[in-house]
Amino acid sequence: MSKETGALAQIQRQIQWNRLIAVVEEQAQTMIRTAFSTTVREAGDLSAGIFDLEGRMLAQAVTGTPGHVNSMAESVAHFLKKFPAHTMQPGDHYITNDPWLATGHLHDLTVVTPAFRRGKIVGLFANTAHIIDIGGLGMGPEGRSVFEEGLYIPIVKCFDRNAPNETFFDFIRAGSRTPVELEGDIYSLCACNDAGAKRLVEMMDEFAMESLDDLARYIFEASTRATLAEIAKLPRGTFCSEIKSDGYESPVTMKAAMTIHDDRIVVDFAGTSGLSNRGINVPPAYCRAYACFGIKCVVAPDVPNNWASLMPFQMEIPEGCILNAPRPYPVSVRHVVGQLIPDLMMGCLHQAVPHRVNAEGSSALWNPPLRGGSQVSGQAAETEDFEIITFNSGGTGARPGKDGLDGTAFPSGVRTMPVEATENVAPVIFWQKQLRPDSAGAGRTRGGFGQVMEIGAKGDAEFAVNAIFDRVANPPKGRDGGGQGAPGWVGMNDPNGTVLRTKGFQIIPKGRRLLLKLPGGGGMGDPKERDPALVKRDVEDGLVSPDAARSIYGSRD
Amino acid sequence: MTARLAVDIGGTFTDLAIEKDGQRWTAKVLTTPAAPEKGVLEGVTQVLAKAGMAPHDLSLVIHGTTLATNAIIERKGAKTALLTTEGFRDVLALANEARYDQYDLNIDLPQPLVRRRWRVAVPERLDNTGKVLVPLDEAAVRAQVEFLKGEGIESLAIGFLHAFVNPAHEQRAAAIVREMWPGVPVSLSSDVSPEMREWERFSTTVANAYVQPLMATYLGRLESGLRAAGVGCPLFLMLSGGGLTTIETASRFPIRLVESGPAGGAIFSAFVAKQRGFSKVLSFDMGGTTAKVCLIDDFRPQASRTFEVARVGRFKKGSGLPLRIPVIEMVEIGAGGGSIAQVDSMGRIQVGPESAGADPGPACYGRGGTHPAVTDANLALGRYEPDLFAGGSLPLKPELSRDALAAHVGGKLGLSADMAGLGVVEMVDENMANAARVHAIESGKGYDGRIVIAFGGGGPVHGYRVAEKIGVKRMLVPSGAGVGSAIGFLRAPVAYEVVKSLYQRFGTFDLAAVNGLLASMSAEATKVVSEGAFGAPVEETRIAYMRYVGQGHEISVPLPPRALTAADVAEIRALYDSEYTRFYDRPVPGSDVEILSFAVTVRTVEAHVEPAAPVADAPPPKPIRVQMVRDTATGEVAEWPVYDRDHMVPGAAVPGPAIVAEAETSTLVGPGWTCRMDGLGYLDLAQEAA
Repeated sequence: MSKETGALAQIQRQIQWNRLIAVVEEQAQTMIRTAFSTTVREAGDLSAGIFDLEGRMLAQAVTGTPGHVNSMAESVAHFLKKFPAHTMQPGDHYITNDPWLATGHLHDLTVVTPAFRRGKIVGLFANTAHIIDIGGLGMGPEGRSVFEEGLYIPIVKCFDRNAPNETFFDFIRAGSRTPVELEGDIYSLCACNDAGAKRLVEMMDEFAMESLDDLARYIFEASTRATLAEIAKLPRGTFCSEIKSDGYESPVTMKAAMTIHDDRIVVDFAGTSGLSNRGINVPPAYCRAYACFGIKCVVAPDVPNNWASLMPFQMEIPEGCILNAPRPYPVSVRHVVGQLIPDLMMGCLHQAVPHRVNAEGSSALWNPPLRGGSQVSGQAAETEDFEIITFNSGGTGARPGKDGLDGTAFPSGVRTMPVEATENVAPVIFWQKQLRPDSAGAGRTRGGFGQVMEIGAKGDAEFAVNAIFDRVANPPKGRDGGGQGAPGWVGMNDPNGTVLRTKGFQIIPKGRRLLLKLPGGGGMGDPKERDPALVKRDVEDGLVSPDAARSIYGSRD
Repeated sequence: MTARLAVDIGGTFTDLAIEKDGQRWTAKVLTTPAAPEKGVLEGVTQVLAKAGMAPHDLSLVIHGTTLATNAIIERKGAKTALLTTEGFRDVLALANEARYDQYDLNIDLPQPLVRRRWRVAVPERLDNTGKVLVPLDEAAVRAQVEFLKGEGIESLAIGFLHAFVNPAHEQRAAAIVREMWPGVPVSLSSDVSPEMREWERFSTTVANAYVQPLMATYLGRLESGLRAAGVGCPLFLMLSGGGLTTIETASRFPIRLVESGPAGGAIFSAFVAKQRGFSKVLSFDMGGTTAKVCLIDDFRPQASRTFEVARVGRFKKGSGLPLRIPVIEMVEIGAGGGSIAQVDSMGRIQVGPESAGADPGPACYGRGGTHPAVTDANLALGRYEPDLFAGGSLPLKPELSRDALAAHVGGKLGLSADMAGLGVVEMVDENMANAARVHAIESGKGYDGRIVIAFGGGGPVHGYRVAEKIGVKRMLVPSGAGVGSAIGFLRAPVAYEVVKSLYQRFGTFDLAAVNGLLASMSAEATKVVSEGAFGAPVEETRIAYMRYVGQGHEISVPLPPRALTAADVAEIRALYDSEYTRFYDRPVPGSDVEILSFAVTVRTVEAHVEPAAPVADAPPPKPIRVQMVRDTATGEVAEWPVYDRDHMVPGAAVPGPAIVAEAETSTLVGPGWTCRMDGLGYLDLAQEAA
């Protein structure tokens, strides 16, 4: 190969890598456009990627949420174990929602589809989406085993050479409260993989590629090199941290010892609390996913996700701890514990690279799953049956050079739905949804503000909340002298301020409303060092009270 | 025939074009940002002189401007307040509670145009059907108005939940404001953007209020300036949705003026498409800092109702303020001649969105720029004759391009400066092609049988390769491409679109309610258009935005422009199914379909355009020189003959590889392509079957 041909080949590989990322982006966009569940189409709770025949992820769409991102990457290998690549046929689609073989709870469906070129299988497309209902107890922590949490779909073919597996579809239609949406979403998952496969074949034709092997090698080499170069910039050593979640029956402590080696970062979760009897347990793939995300967004945020770029981040999760839940422990709301893991990772990294790490944030989503009608009130129901969830967030932690973000999801990447849209699909009224003053942890840079949400059923009818809230007993901590964010609060709007449990199914009686105060993010640095003009602005905007400005920030206004 | 003048104020240049009896005169003057009407008046003088006309010879002036957009980007609008529903003061701040970039811990989110102090709330509440749950607290309205008066507020937006279903509370609050505070401009969400989704609706309403005083003053100054200069004819404004409207309407809804320049470009493309009878087109407009792509089917640019203004995150989706107004749907990519190339941590070439701008500009301008830009890469590939760039007005320095490419790209990758240039051009072409591909997916469209219409300084240079990458085999380069937007203004109909939400399911279709709404929308649009149509015939189109119950993205389905009958309803449902299948080829069995909203557009009937007649072959022109050009697909260097576009006659054809040069740009004819001049003087490029 001449020097110039070599140079051209090098450039073309870069182009092909870019194209592959565009292919998975098209795959994800197809999903968003055709999905039925609000969780996918409004919230963006999905991910999409392309894999080689060994199940190694080559590229992933820049959408979705970390819990899918990295755990979907592991799941394709499980599909291949059951259905080896050489047995796959054009038009096949494989599906599962096994929490241990996919992304950690039954509400996530993962579909894998082989891509064929000239009759030969050349790659695999996978995507994952959070669907609105899978039967069982519904999204909530109450299950005592995974069997109570909903319909369990082992890895099966949902389409066999383009023919729908009608037995499968009969089962899923019968087992869900929202059969039309569920079936529609499965069609949409398959359509989106088809779109990716079609584009991949066009790309391979354009570049006359017989296989993805050379491109995979190049992607993996470049990603490994870039990730290792970033790791090399960190100080060596072992850094320990811990974080507490409110838990269900008792508080949960998560401990991490992060060792930065020359060529990898290893996190040992020894000392972490044991399993819960309820659905807040975290399957190991989900723990790896969020741990990896927490490290990666500090250490190597610019390196695209793939098998090689995730490889140097290794987790040792002891058996019997809440972050290594075995089957059939309940795992439905594993996010409520799992989404604190990035804060834990940053607690470790803060000791290594303090100027690159945020304070703790509200972190775990505050999604109120609401149910009403006959499934709550029986024959006394005053509203039609409804089942709805919105995705809401408190404040994020302060950044070294910037305030935290108000009412914004982190580490999750989901969007919330408009109140008007929610009120159009379910008989609920949101009486308030606004920022929560004085909730941000104080600091040179402050945390983001939480929000207050007050929700009733139409006509103030009886309804129920399946609470999955955290950071009530254990609010987000500040760093470097910054204050903690305000703790969350779950209760009712009555004059006594009746407090509800942070987790579990509870009735909001007729005439009452659910009142949620979402946590603020932790602050960073000494509040007395904060720019007085910024303090003044927050006071004028009614976000910081004059008292707090004086006593915490030393304001003399 | 009447003489019509178009004026397009862009960021750097103000473009003008006069057309009369099929003749065209154009002028380009520098934009005067502090008082844009000054540049306009200067330009008008110049272009009139070129045309040999007097001010009173003009029968119509059509104007488009980026002023509203710039005011939002630069935060130079009015001191604006938002009066809203109690409990919902922070809708603008909470937005969709999301980050547009998952991995960037230092992300900046777009800040609301109204700070919290001036987002004030009053007790009132409607439910989703418009029923009053809490009556409007008028005393609270009065108290808040007193407060805002004291704060020195200059413009007021009113946005209540579900007001798009029932505007009574907003209207009553506005009446109180007008009574207490005559003269303050008031924008109602139920007028500006009567559609579901409170964040987008309030954001649009606030943006309208924010630019309203500024635009009203500016339009007033412009109008009086033109009058003083002797231009007595009507002045029309170009809307972002592609229609024209009167000053009165523009002053009420100035937010509909954003992006009018790019809209003009798309209309220009649509007209060119019509002249040639190409029913599926990708309009590709590449300039100095960005490229814009727009899909045009059946000679109409793709319409949309969502737009983001003032993106803070490198053109990233979700990083701007949402506007829900009628716009021409297009994607803007940070890819232009000035886009800067560098190498990322994976050893990959990255191009843009950072731009060298006009100053210092690409390295080859010799004005102190040291980072390689796309123009440098094109120069290194031999695509430009350095002494003849921009008609010879800006001689380029190839050695500076090579140095910059070697230092910032080649050296890091072990590539020669020339191969680095190839990498940069391939990457920017790839980025544009990828954006175009994803855009088609988002629009539910494809590229089979589509043609590219390329214009702007960079469009004709990069067009053929972008076309190859998206699988398009035909490309057209019209003439007048340098002032395409202004020419587009002259082709735009007087038009107005009204969109309203009215939720319907086919199971329970309320024919009377729908017909009542459509009739009132039709009346509203007709009234606005008749102000500017001067009796010209108008046509009406009606659209329903529909989806399967439970789905999130609507498909637009045309309705007949008359009262609907029960028979129509079944037909519309069937039409939806076939449209859906066309887009996604996997229909969903057994789902009901819902209608979210309706759109009614009234527009003047466009003049019939006779498709250009074919022309007989003519002898090819002689090359004026040859350039050694490196082909980006193969890396091979070869002699590419260069032809002067002015020497080509209709019917003349040249085989690729070749370059067809003109003053403002060059059209590259890639290997395997041929370029033939059509009867209109346009360059028609076709790729031979491989």
